Amino acid sequence: MKRSAGEKVFDAGNTVFMILLMCATLYPFLYVLFASLSDPALVSQHRGLLLWPEGFSIEAYRLVFDNPMVLVGYGNTLIYVIGGTVLNMILTSMAAYALSRKKVMLGKPIMMAIVFTMFFSGGLIPTYLLVGDLGLVDTRWSMILPTAISAWNLIIMRTSFQGIPDSLEESAKIDGANDFTIFFRIIIPLSLPVMAVITLFYAVGHWNQYFNALVYLRDRDLFPLQLVLREILIQNSTDEFMTGISGGERHMIGETIKYATIIVATIPILFLYPMLQRFFVKGVLIGSLKE
Amino acid sequence: MGKVITEKQKTDLLYKKRTYWYRLGKDLKRNRYIYAMVLPAVLYYAIFHYAPMYGLQIAFKEYSTTIGIWNSPWSGFEHFKDFFSGYYFWPLIRNTVLISLFELMFAFPAPIILALLLNEVRRLAFKRTIQTITYLPHFISVVVVVGMLVDFTARDGLINQLTAMFGFEPIAFMQEASWFRPIYIGSGIWQGIGWGSIIYLAAMANVNPQLYEAAKMDGAGRFKQAWHITIPGILPTIVILFILQMGSMMTVGYEKIILMYNPMTYETADVISTYVYRKGILEANFSYSAAVGLFNSVINFALLIGANILSRKGTGSSLW
Repeated sequence: MKRSAGEKVFDAGNTVFMILLMCATLYPFLYVLFASLSDPALVSQHRGLLLWPEGFSIEAYRLVFDNPMVLVGYGNTLIYVIGGTVLNMILTSMAAYALSRKKVMLGKPIMMAIVFTMFFSGGLIPTYLLVGDLGLVDTRWSMILPTAISAWNLIIMRTSFQGIPDSLEESAKIDGANDFTIFFRIIIPLSLPVMAVITLFYAVGHWNQYFNALVYLRDRDLFPLQLVLREILIQNSTDEFMTGISGGERHMIGETIKYATIIVATIPILFLYPMLQRFFVKGVLIGSLKE
Repeated sequence: MGKVITEKQKTDLLYKKRTYWYRLGKDLKRNRYIYAMVLPAVLYYAIFHYAPMYGLQIAFKEYSTTIGIWNSPWSGFEHFKDFFSGYYFWPLIRNTVLISLFELMFAFPAPIILALLLNEVRRLAFKRTIQTITYLPHFISVVVVVGMLVDFTARDGLINQLTAMFGFEPIAFMQEASWFRPIYIGSGIWQGIGWGSIIYLAAMANVNPQLYEAAKMDGAGRFKQAWHITIPGILPTIVILFILQMGSMMTVGYEKIILMYNPMTYETADVISTYVYRKGILEANFSYSAAVGLFNSVINFALLIGANILSRKGTGSSLW
């Protein structure tokens, strides 16, 4: 089909806009990456866009990995991500399956009670007091239990389970399977894409979580990486990285330490991302279109 | 003959009514595995979502940690009165409403516009690349995003270095109350535009292709097709997301604001939920901040219901 002049102008403009958008999205990360690998002295003199590392130094990364807080934070975050996601997935998938069955009398009221929590909640203070009363403040459980299920993810999974033909289940029942068997042998294997997606959502959520940690944790040994990052990036406390480095160099190297921490904290997601991407788009589509 | 059946139906009906608990008992037994599977979720919601709703009564009490929620003396609407007549009330309302309004005006349409433009990109590989890249910031933690903002907008940061080339004076953006909203909204668009567009692209993919064929026959160009087919096609999706956005109008992203603001920008940055955090968690004013939080939730809930009713009447699509 022939394009009119107006369309050609539009297509060209659209392409330019898209390229600019991609640059605007990616460049901040590239800047941080280049700066983190640069020589601190050179990058502190540099003005304007960085298109390549200025000089080359991995000193900042060495200091980051020497810092016990970063390592402790990394370890804690791994515990929260793995423990939290496992708990999330067990509870969410079981509930989603149970609530996707139609002939269960209490199914509908339970679902309504869950959906209601998406629109109204006790709010920050009563939740905080409850977590305190349960004795969870300053324990690892406070990072896992209060967010054990996300209603949103539950709905996505339930919708997906509802799409599986009933006949499969009926024939399994005739063969003597109970609901647990059906769930593990039929539903889960048929739902791997949505399981992968929801796992990803939960895991990223735990990886990025800082607010609950800020509210519930006092003990620095329990801090997740994000709280450590907050101290370094936003409260600007890079000094503890630099015992034995003289005052003049401190400011310069402090900057590259920040960049290196951003990279270190973001790398796992950047690596997983391309592998999981086709899954999550599919999953969002599964979940969002129906209902 | 017919009468006999009616009698039987009647007794059946009575029997059914009287024996709701009986039938429930049978259902619990027959579907025991199903109920066993949903039980942990029910417990979770009872404890972590409904128990805090019970705890909300401290908003009407003089809560003291030592005597507990139940035994604390009632104080009626004292905390609400304190808040409404307090110094912070109007600034907090203004900031909350303004940030939300700006989000509705700029951040809400951004993914729709991106989706419409992406829909016009013909080369599939190019389209995929754009999508992959623009989704990315959604997965980056808010701490890192704000960390980068702080760094880039610093007095000697990247942005000031660039503007200096054009002769502008450096601005300490994060210390200027007037810059808070643009930075907050702008970075929010950066984070969310790609991810937000997924759902609209999905809705577009579901528009009946015959409509486009018919429009082409009638001589409609791409702009007319977008205007008369694509946009009406995704309108229900837009409406649903708009209602949801309305329902969280008063809870603007405190997680991000708490990281971004400082006493110098409180003037424009402090919103109800950050105030609840400061008063409640940092200063341990539990009853007072629970009251402020409740006020906030009630307004949200009312906005959600209002938007839903309006949209059902106006466009026919609604959440329930």
